[in-house]
Amino acid sequence: MALVSASNGSPLLEVRDVSLSFKGLVALEKVSFHVDEGELYSIIGPNGAGKTSIFNCINQVYKPQEGSILWKGESLLGLKPNQTAERGIARTFQNIELFAHMTVMENILSGRHVRMSHGWISGALWWGRASREELENRFKVEDIIDFLEIEQWRRYPVGLLPYGVQKRVELGRALAMEPELLLLDEPVAGMNLEETEDMARFILDIQDELGITMILVEHDMSLVMDIADRVMVLDFGRKIAEGPPQEVQTNVGVISAYLGTTGEAPIPELG
Amino acid sequence: MPTVTKKVALAFFLVLAALAPIASSIPFYPDFLGHNDWMKLLSHVSIFGIGALGINLLTGVAGQVSLGHAFFMGLGAYVAVVFGAPPGDLWGLGLPMWIWLPLAGIIPAIVGLLVGPAAVRVRGLYLAFATLGLVFIGEWAWRNLKFVTGGAFSGRKFPKFQWRVWKEEEPVVDFASDGEWLGFEITEEAKIYLLMLGFLVVATVVAKNLQRTRTGRAFQAIRDRDIAAEVMGVDEFRYKLTAFGISSAFAGVAGALFASFVGRQIPETWDLFLSVEFIAIILIGGAGTVSGALMGTAFVIILPRLVQDFTEWLSGVIESGEGTLATVADVVVAISADDGGLINTIPGVGPGLSVFQLNQVLFGLLIILFMIFEPLGLYGIWVRVRNYWKGWPFTY
Repeated sequence: MALVSASNGSPLLEVRDVSLSFKGLVALEKVSFHVDEGELYSIIGPNGAGKTSIFNCINQVYKPQEGSILWKGESLLGLKPNQTAERGIARTFQNIELFAHMTVMENILSGRHVRMSHGWISGALWWGRASREELENRFKVEDIIDFLEIEQWRRYPVGLLPYGVQKRVELGRALAMEPELLLLDEPVAGMNLEETEDMARFILDIQDELGITMILVEHDMSLVMDIADRVMVLDFGRKIAEGPPQEVQTNVGVISAYLGTTGEAPIPELG
Repeated sequence: MPTVTKKVALAFFLVLAALAPIASSIPFYPDFLGHNDWMKLLSHVSIFGIGALGINLLTGVAGQVSLGHAFFMGLGAYVAVVFGAPPGDLWGLGLPMWIWLPLAGIIPAIVGLLVGPAAVRVRGLYLAFATLGLVFIGEWAWRNLKFVTGGAFSGRKFPKFQWRVWKEEEPVVDFASDGEWLGFEITEEAKIYLLMLGFLVVATVVAKNLQRTRTGRAFQAIRDRDIAAEVMGVDEFRYKLTAFGISSAFAGVAGALFASFVGRQIPETWDLFLSVEFIAIILIGGAGTVSGALMGTAFVIILPRLVQDFTEWLSGVIESGEGTLATVADVVVAISADDGGLINTIPGVGPGLSVFQLNQVLFGLLIILFMIFEPLGLYGIWVRVRNYWKGWPFTY
């Protein structure tokens, strides 16, 4: 839970002066931050601040024009998205991006893709590595289903499940990759209080029990302030604040970014 | 995961299919098509089933709509004929079946991988159009490569289903003549049917295994959410290409078997209509499922034959005489040039539809109806029937 210092070498992920623009529209402007191992790092900011763009840059879905992204000291730039997955970066999406025609089990199994190695010939014949890997990984999937408490929906096509459960399945699919870094894009967006609390519990369990480093993009301030180790605030693609939650909460720049400035109005408390 | 019921039902169905050739010896056999015609029809279904499994992997499972299936079937057929037909005026190496049949899969797969990179860069309708181009390039090539294909409207003979070790005179197993197997008198048609059924079973097992393992999940992931699939570690380009290659191999084998089964093929066989027929098969059967592809094939191949036989039977009723049925049938079916009716039994005469056209209309109608009312196709209907009886007599 503690803030692991970067003293034992380079940080897990380091983003340096990354700029991203689409033609004239600037999405990110010289954004720098680093995430240490075991940390729960959070990125917040108003709509369109560039939070998801950062994820897309880390995944190499977007190619930033400037700056560098270092994973354990090695550049991620120029890789294909699937290669970032192979290096241990998993992700959930803001709008659920599950494979709608597959069952819960198959969706989570598809997260095991990078942890399996058999090719199509072995698969077609159900011979050798294919049958062995498929069975082994089926057990791993059961562990994840157990961890996320979604046993009852195991065989349902995900398209039929309630929203909150779909979010959980998506988290399961990302966990199935056994990642070192998990990018969570608004995991509690659109959820009610109970579902939010469940998700918060899962996120803390992932940090404590599985020891996975996480970056959390979220609009729910109370959640971020409760569970994040460090918070970065973005506004119009620029970083305007970074630090422990309590510090960021009282930052004047942050408050004006969220609520606007009138100069005279009293500053309300966030969260 | 297959349940016990599923396994038993599958075994029962397979035994039934394998015993079909001797079915005529049991009493009350519904022999309305004639035994050999049934065998031919079922062989046709088996061969097209292999092709349908191929297009199902590409279009149904991996979500890449391709109209190029006919091209790869043609390619497979001509690979087979070059390697398998006896040397003569046209190219032919006279090699045995165990060489030409695998090559009829491998070479189209390689060609598929070569044209694939250009094709898989585009998606959806654009891919359909890019692959449509293949069919026309193919048709042009088949017409002009006379030394391979025999040229337009004449075609050439294809190798017979005979199992030889090398080029010896007497085949080890001859599927191309009547004979006696295990004490049963068995016709050529029945032998070929058994062989085709065997190939179909192998193709089905391969397709099903592919679909339920890592490769198949990667295909489905690309179909459902391509960006999410990539972020999960699926190399989109590589897997699209794999789907293209495997599908082409299935098409090639199906094409080779079909050409040999018919015996003589003209270049015009491998046209756009053939590709569309396969799209119809998976749409009617239920895209993305192995059993759907097979049900769709059976439906699409058997239906035209039933329609044809039914119209013939109706014209028989009209000719033979009186009664309400004859009167109704007379309105529907035209039996001579001056006889009015919706359907002509004599091709090209009169204002009505020929049986072939009627079938086209029926297919068009069926595709539309299935897309509107049952997007999961025959497979969806089957699932609904199954689920109903699962809980019977309770509604759920």
